[in-house]
Amino acid sequence: MRRYFGRKLLIYAVTFFVAVTVDWTIPRFMPGDPVQGMLSRASLRPESSQALYAYYTDLFGLDVPIWQQYLNFWTALLRGDLGISIWRFPQPVTTVLMQAVPYTLALLVPATLLSWWAGNKFGAYAARRKWLDNTVLPVGYVLTATPYMWLGILLAWLLATVAGIFPIAGGYSFALEPAWSWTFLGSLLRHWFLPFASLFLVGFGGWAIGMRNMIIYELEADYSHYLESLGAPRRLVRRYAFRNALLPQLTGLALQLGVIVAGALVTEIVFSYPGLGYLVLQAINNQDFFLIQGAFLFIIIGVLLANFLVDIAYVMVDPRTRTGMRGGA
Amino acid sequence: MTVSDQEELVAAAPAAPAVTAAPVTSMRASREALHFARRNRKLVAGLGVVLLFLVVAAVGPLLADHGPNEYVGPPAQRPSSQYWFGTTMFGQDVFAQFTHGLRSTFLVGLLGGGLAALIGMLIGFTAGYRGGAVDEALNMVTNVVLVIPTLAVLLIIATYLRVRGVVPEAIFIGLFSWPWVARAIRAQTFSLRSRDFVDLARLSGASGRKIIFREIAPNMSSYLFMTFILLFGSSVLIAATLDFIGLGPTEGISLGLMMNNAVLWSALPLGMWWWFVPPGLGITVIVGALYIMNVGLDEVFNPKLREM
Repeated sequence: MRRYFGRKLLIYAVTFFVAVTVDWTIPRFMPGDPVQGMLSRASLRPESSQALYAYYTDLFGLDVPIWQQYLNFWTALLRGDLGISIWRFPQPVTTVLMQAVPYTLALLVPATLLSWWAGNKFGAYAARRKWLDNTVLPVGYVLTATPYMWLGILLAWLLATVAGIFPIAGGYSFALEPAWSWTFLGSLLRHWFLPFASLFLVGFGGWAIGMRNMIIYELEADYSHYLESLGAPRRLVRRYAFRNALLPQLTGLALQLGVIVAGALVTEIVFSYPGLGYLVLQAINNQDFFLIQGAFLFIIIGVLLANFLVDIAYVMVDPRTRTGMRGGA
Repeated sequence: MTVSDQEELVAAAPAAPAVTAAPVTSMRASREALHFARRNRKLVAGLGVVLLFLVVAAVGPLLADHGPNEYVGPPAQRPSSQYWFGTTMFGQDVFAQFTHGLRSTFLVGLLGGGLAALIGMLIGFTAGYRGGAVDEALNMVTNVVLVIPTLAVLLIIATYLRVRGVVPEAIFIGLFSWPWVARAIRAQTFSLRSRDFVDLARLSGASGRKIIFREIAPNMSSYLFMTFILLFGSSVLIAATLDFIGLGPTEGISLGLMMNNAVLWSALPLGMWWWFVPPGLGITVIVGALYIMNVGLDEVFNPKLREM
């Protein structure tokens, strides 16, 4: 088990190092002066523009040797300093991002976990049941082929614009100030539901299909046939198949994390939901490069943490990793 | 092959097939595959839909005498006999945008998916066949790229590009979406390389490259083809996501960019459904048809899955 986690942690450490290096490299080696390009489009007042130019040139540290620039970047990063946002000048990037993170997590975590759980249950139930299989399969494939934002757009159009049941944009009603009151919490929930639902549905389709396909493989495996030939009840065989099929689905969850996060970003954009995705859109429209780079690092760190949690879950589910046999490496 | 490897390769894809390892005489096998392929409803239907959209992408733009971004008509028109899919807020023809966007979609899928398949195969075959230190090193690279979210990298690359085109976008997508393929192919190569027929080829003095391309790859050709289809689909989806965030092509049009424009210019509260329904529907139907086609292919190549 120690070897398993040691290996995983090494991979995550290297990944983080590579990601930070990419984050540092790209602005420096792309053609053109990033500071000038960024400021010229940001339409600021001349005096603040000048102050910013001096600040960023200093921060980019373009006058010191390249290895020194790289080291400075790391020192600033480890102090939690990601620069200052242009779009929300003079707030630091870290502050701006931290305000958005709770909203993104509130969407991502329930949508991911619930869709994984429900999809697995449903897929396992539908497998090898003629009628369900023939309806679930096409629906599942269509759902998983749907671009996240389009499902969001459709839900927003049908349930908000046409039916008027849910609000179309924002994290809470524009008439309210954030507070710990029931009205505010209710407003939060109403605004949360549609983006959550679209994330959930796309994920659900994918997991249901994955589980259905895995169960069919497992039911064709030797141990299933053996159990059946012993006269074990069908339920029991399916239960064993389900437990075995769950492991690759867990690996699949780790593999899908990047896609799910990307899905959450665009869903937030559709609903102008004040999470990271909405920030990224604003940052792109305002040429706020520091905010984008900060968001990149936040996403990387989040995905690495989530990967680690999946690893822990894997150890809990798969006894082989605990007893020292190889598994899930 | 360890248990976990096997699991990984199945988990990696919505419908990953088991490898058909026996070296079969290819003539008979392909005739048999064709026999089952023609009778497989999923495969035929999926292929039909994809081909239909391919025709629309090829012919559609020729029907209009204007470009996709030209201002040709009155703004915000509902679909009519003159503008089949209506017009945008600025009086652009949605049908022209849609058909041009379809071209971008197919281009991104082909180029991005193709490049990813190529890199994944190269790394997977090398790691699986060579083993040892080469395998360790390639595995490390694969795992690192696997953990980094593709979209996040594309995000910061695209941000710093002044001019963005569909082709560079496809190439960048291909460069970052190969890892699961490399892993799956590595695992399968691993299981094939100790087979008798591979040993025989090695004994007869064939080079490593020759063994990979002559002995190992043909035995997983169906798998490779299905992998490419999955990569095609995922490239299309990634491109749509990137375009929707606002990092789409600066010239030209794509389906993701159409949705981005529609949302940015309030098509949602105004209820201009003809602007945002076609592009998303196009992507969903194409990618969905590809996935269903893959299930069909899986059944054709894997007798265990055929419905009785």
